[in-house]
Amino acid sequence: MNGLESAPGLDEAEVGRIFRAEYGRCVATLIRIFGDIDIAEDAVQEAFTVALRKWPAEGLPPNPGGWITTTARNRAIDRLGREARGRELLWEVATRSPGNDDPGRTEEVGPIQDDRLRLLFTCCNPALSTEAQVALTLRLVGGLTTGEVARAFLVAEPTMAQRLVRAKRKIKAARIPYRVPEDHELPVRLPPVMAVVYLVYNAGLSSPTEPSLCSEAIRLARILESLMPDEPEVAGLLALLLLTESRRSSRTMPDGSLVLLAEQYRTQWDRAMIEEGQAIVRRCLRRNQPGSYQIQAAINAVHADAPTVEATDWPQIVALYDQLLAVAPTPVVALNRAIAVGEVHGPADALALVDELNLDNYHLFHAARADLLRRLDRRSEAEAAYARAAALAPTKAEREFLVLGGRASR
Amino acid sequence: MAQYLLSVHSVEGEAAPSPSDEEMQRYMEQIHALEDELKSTESWVFGGALHGPDTATVVRVANDEVLTTDGPFAESREHIGGFYIINAEDLDAALAWASKVTAIVGKPIEVRPFRAVSGA
Repeated sequence: MNGLESAPGLDEAEVGRIFRAEYGRCVATLIRIFGDIDIAEDAVQEAFTVALRKWPAEGLPPNPGGWITTTARNRAIDRLGREARGRELLWEVATRSPGNDDPGRTEEVGPIQDDRLRLLFTCCNPALSTEAQVALTLRLVGGLTTGEVARAFLVAEPTMAQRLVRAKRKIKAARIPYRVPEDHELPVRLPPVMAVVYLVYNAGLSSPTEPSLCSEAIRLARILESLMPDEPEVAGLLALLLLTESRRSSRTMPDGSLVLLAEQYRTQWDRAMIEEGQAIVRRCLRRNQPGSYQIQAAINAVHADAPTVEATDWPQIVALYDQLLAVAPTPVVALNRAIAVGEVHGPADALALVDELNLDNYHLFHAARADLLRRLDRRSEAEAAYARAAALAPTKAEREFLVLGGRASR
Repeated sequence: MAQYLLSVHSVEGEAAPSPSDEEMQRYMEQIHALEDELKSTESWVFGGALHGPDTATVVRVANDEVLTTDGPFAESREHIGGFYIINAEDLDAALAWASKVTAIVGKPIEVRPFRAVSGA
């Protein structure tokens, strides 16, 4: 503690920002100590209240995360000690984990490196629904408030609160474990964790009101990457998010309308993110254990390399889509491959590939067809395809974009 | 340690064609091997296969009188065909057992935790 030195700029918002950054680590450590998510959350919340009072007056402690964890732990012990059931729990905790985790110890408690990783795997246990996994991860690991999570997914706050309560009750009642899966379990258990991070990113991408979800997803991906440096797909996921994020601001006009990759101002792309993403892609290539996130990152890295659409190494992109199709044989991947083929061999070849796909309910399928038909000068068919795409588009920005595309093709 | 109910769910009318003698014998061998494994790891509490829902009887209290009716309680086509009660360290461990059961019986297994842990 810095005594009574003033702390310029340390207002409520700044304390809140620090808390959000440290929240996951602190909650994860306390869950390990007390074996209970609610106790951990309540205690960190109490520590936040104390920090709001103390920090602006006394200054930031040298290790804010350690301060929060220690304060929260001591508060929890105080509170539990006041009731019989709590004293029982403290006794269980003390006998279960003697030594470093003993909540009776008074010195600062540090996180064990794996705490947040344990928490991520608990939140993303396949026994929980995907919705619950996303909500828990954002709330517990990301430190978002229930209200923030609710707004991000356009759900009423009580509904989201209920979803979180139910998920936590299941974790407790069914004893969903708080541990990192064994190596042999990872092929099944790691993909849902990565899927949740990717889902959070895409939710941010399609929701103009919550772009902070994109940076939140990147933060989660960074945490995951730092905790699992030996997993190439985790690195690939981080690279994919960074490279996608580098273009996010040029994806839309100030009024929210969409800008095609071909028409984006490439000088606006974030070079620092591109360089970081490309460096990760190069490391992945050297490891030579390709997976779907790494290949998607590599495709984005090729786009990021090109100063213009025309200068893009399209044959390389087609080759990468061939690889992606081999590991993830989905019609959406085939659609994207077909579009790349169109850049190499022309719209007629691409259209032949697109027309083989069974994606009638996917707006981008019709948008791709419309674009190819327009380039082949088949106006009325293009117009019909744009109309179909616009009718299916999930967001207002996309709908308006596609309606305009239909007009332009006239 | 916690206890879990692993129930085997069957859908009426979805029964596979009756197995050949060899298939039946292989099935029983696999079930016995699984139950031996449950017992040798002290995971076994109880288990068994049930007769069909047409053998069920429901007893209930109505107007202070005990009423007995023929047939299963749930008017559904899905019924519990059998169950295991097991001890497991956590849900992941219980799900690992359930995966083995479903691989043998070919039917979905519902895993539910017991509220109270007795004797653990």
